[in-house]
Amino acid sequence: MKTTIEVSGLRKRFGPVLALDGMSFTVLPGRVTGFVGPNGAGKSTTMRVILGLDAADEGRALIGGRPYRSLRTPLRHVGALLDAGALQPGRTARNHLLWLAHSQGLGSGRVDEVLDLVGLATAARRRAGGFSLGMRQRLGIAAALLGDPPVLLLDEPVNGLDPEGIVWMRGLLRSLAGEGRAVLVSSHLMGELEGTADHLVVVGEGRVIADTGVAELITAASRGRVTLRTPTPSAAIPALRDGGAAVDVTDGGALAVSGLPSERVVALLNANGVPFSEVAAHRVTLEQAYLDLTGAPAGHREAAR
Amino acid sequence: MSPLTLRSGRQGGELGRLTRAEWTKFRSVRGWMAGMTTAALVIVLLGLLSASGDHASCAGAGGVEIACPAPPVGPDGTAVSDRFFFVHRQLSGDGVITARLTSMTGQIRKPDVTPGRRNVVAGVVPWAKTGVMIKDGTRQGSPYAAVMMTGAHGVRMQHDFTHDVAGLPGGVSERSPRWLRLTRSGDTLTGYESADGTRWTRIGTATPAGLPRTVRIGVFAASPGDLTVMRGDLGGSGAAVRFAEATGVLDQVTVRGDTSGDWRDDDVGATVDPDGSVHHPGRASRSGGAFSVTGVGDIAPAVEGPTAERPLGGAPAALVLVIVVSVMFATAEYRHGLIRLTLLAGPRRGLTLPAKALALGLVTFAAALPAIAVTFAAGGRILRANGNAVLPVSLPTEARVVAGLAALFALAAVLALALGALLRSSVAAVITAVVAIVVPHVVATTSILPDSAARWLLRVTPAAGFAVQQTVPAYPHVLSHDAPSAGFYPLPPWGGLAVAAGYAALALGLAAFRLHRRDA
Repeated sequence: MKTTIEVSGLRKRFGPVLALDGMSFTVLPGRVTGFVGPNGAGKSTTMRVILGLDAADEGRALIGGRPYRSLRTPLRHVGALLDAGALQPGRTARNHLLWLAHSQGLGSGRVDEVLDLVGLATAARRRAGGFSLGMRQRLGIAAALLGDPPVLLLDEPVNGLDPEGIVWMRGLLRSLAGEGRAVLVSSHLMGELEGTADHLVVVGEGRVIADTGVAELITAASRGRVTLRTPTPSAAIPALRDGGAAVDVTDGGALAVSGLPSERVVALLNANGVPFSEVAAHRVTLEQAYLDLTGAPAGHREAAR
Repeated sequence: MSPLTLRSGRQGGELGRLTRAEWTKFRSVRGWMAGMTTAALVIVLLGLLSASGDHASCAGAGGVEIACPAPPVGPDGTAVSDRFFFVHRQLSGDGVITARLTSMTGQIRKPDVTPGRRNVVAGVVPWAKTGVMIKDGTRQGSPYAAVMMTGAHGVRMQHDFTHDVAGLPGGVSERSPRWLRLTRSGDTLTGYESADGTRWTRIGTATPAGLPRTVRIGVFAASPGDLTVMRGDLGGSGAAVRFAEATGVLDQVTVRGDTSGDWRDDDVGATVDPDGSVHHPGRASRSGGAFSVTGVGDIAPAVEGPTAERPLGGAPAALVLVIVVSVMFATAEYRHGLIRLTLLAGPRRGLTLPAKALALGLVTFAAALPAIAVTFAAGGRILRANGNAVLPVSLPTEARVVAGLAALFALAAVLALALGALLRSSVAAVITAVVAIVVPHVVATTSILPDSAARWLLRVTPAAGFAVQQTVPAYPHVLSHDAPSAGFYPLPPWGGLAVAAGYAALALGLAAFRLHRRDA
């Protein structure tokens, strides 16, 4: 069986707050799954339940069919980055990884490999307390990769990285998925996942709102619209409406035409003698698709219940 | 991606891995390693410093100060007090001595009422003794067995200083004499007593170590000094010992067997004053089969004098350092959020604290053991070189003190670790651990508290574990000031250590319970 993360029916209450309300999804190997939702949607709690740090009131979370707490060398099954700041400041980067390695029966050779992999080889013998946020993120990634696990859970891994680091992280995530691993990456910023994630699990209020491929999500959000730029919108709008299309004026002054394929739009414009400078299939950003999906700007939605 | 290695989930292997990881954690923080090393150095330096400043001398012939002579040792190597008056003759092979004791009296010097004037009263101290004895000559410390009447503990049979068996209680007078008998048959000596000389009750048997075929047999008397325990100014206590002597009147003394030579009187172990006279001499008189013997001194293990554990006085100070390091080892997990990473690496929470405790306990034991061993050995040499007559200790006892005290350090470390994990505050945990382990020992052994309160503290707190360092036990048949301030602990060595271990286990259990219940 391919190793996956299976989350089904998780419920957890912190006092009066229902943090998880029937959270269910599956993370498949070989792709990067984005785990997105506003702050407080239950992403971190879900990850902590998957990793056996928190106990759910109901439901279960399995890795490769087993609960995390039953794993004997867990870091060889799952690598996780939760809080890059969880470090003993006086301990060197190498020793930080060494105790983790020893806990899994791994040697120092593997420690040097992952230090190399994340580009921290030269800082290996420096105290981690003096590391920048970006270096700590890299060290956290090294820890997650230590056991060469088939499953990775990374909570906001791009946080604090400089542009160069962000590019590096995206490349790393792609290549990890390319090696056949199941990679779950959480973010509260949709844009961070653009170009990285293949699949999205969108959550809000402690449950899954959408579980879909990135391409499908964007296509669905575009709904076959065509963007039209013309110097005479007053002529274009009635012509297209007469042709059976719905037309909206967008913020940039362009027209969004839906209901007709682009060839038909061009034919109608030519037939009516309307000049135009651009006709293109409309493509929404992931951010826009997400907002469409949740129906309101992130963090400003009214409670659904 | 390399194939996933699925290991068999043996718990032992898992605990071993996690313990190794905790050791890696410990050794990779410079401050913790430095703290543990400093603790070891504190043990050594304070110990050797105090031993170096500990000088003793005794008055030699002509008033010259000399190193105090080593006390005589009994057959098993225990330091003994072996001073008594012996009226004896030679016996070869098997034999029997029988005597009727008709009176036991004595005198005791009490604290002076009028300064400078000796205040001597009639009476016998509880462990004054007179009776019959078989002994390998008159050398101090040589093997013996004796049946005797005591001042307040009835008839006893004792042998080789440390062994004591009770006979019937009660006193002695002319109207109710006590018959005493000691027989030798091969290597076995048997003691009997009787009220009438016809119906005999066996008290016990003894096999004195290495008793030769030819021995001395006869009657004896001895009286340890009178012990007075006074309340000290600070609430503690002090003790003083004053002269006492005992006289036994024994008639109808018969010796059967292959005897030879005449009766001889010996003041065994008598000390000679600088002017050449015997200090507090004993005496004896004889007419026919009736003897009157007066003796001073005691035939018993020696419990007074510098003890071998004296150089280990730096242990409580070192323990404070160990406690601080141990608490930090626990609270660092919470202060930096490391506990989550620790639980990710070892999600079975029942193993988390045991692995941490095992690693810390082993580190502490390994640091303390050589420091204690060096201090004990070198400190002892320095004390002896400075003229102190250190009470000798057997090799097993030395090993017990060194390993046991190192074990106490390890247990204290585990207790402090558990308190750190339980309270999650370094300051609170350090204070709690110090108050639980170090403070009771310090106040109980420094003459601040009444003896009863000091004993109670060393019974019910983790400081009970310090009992493991006591080299000279308190014997029931020796009246001494066996208070904590004099180095005597209320619990036996391993019993005291077990109390400390119990506290460590309890605290670790509570901390594990808390870790188990909560989300991390």
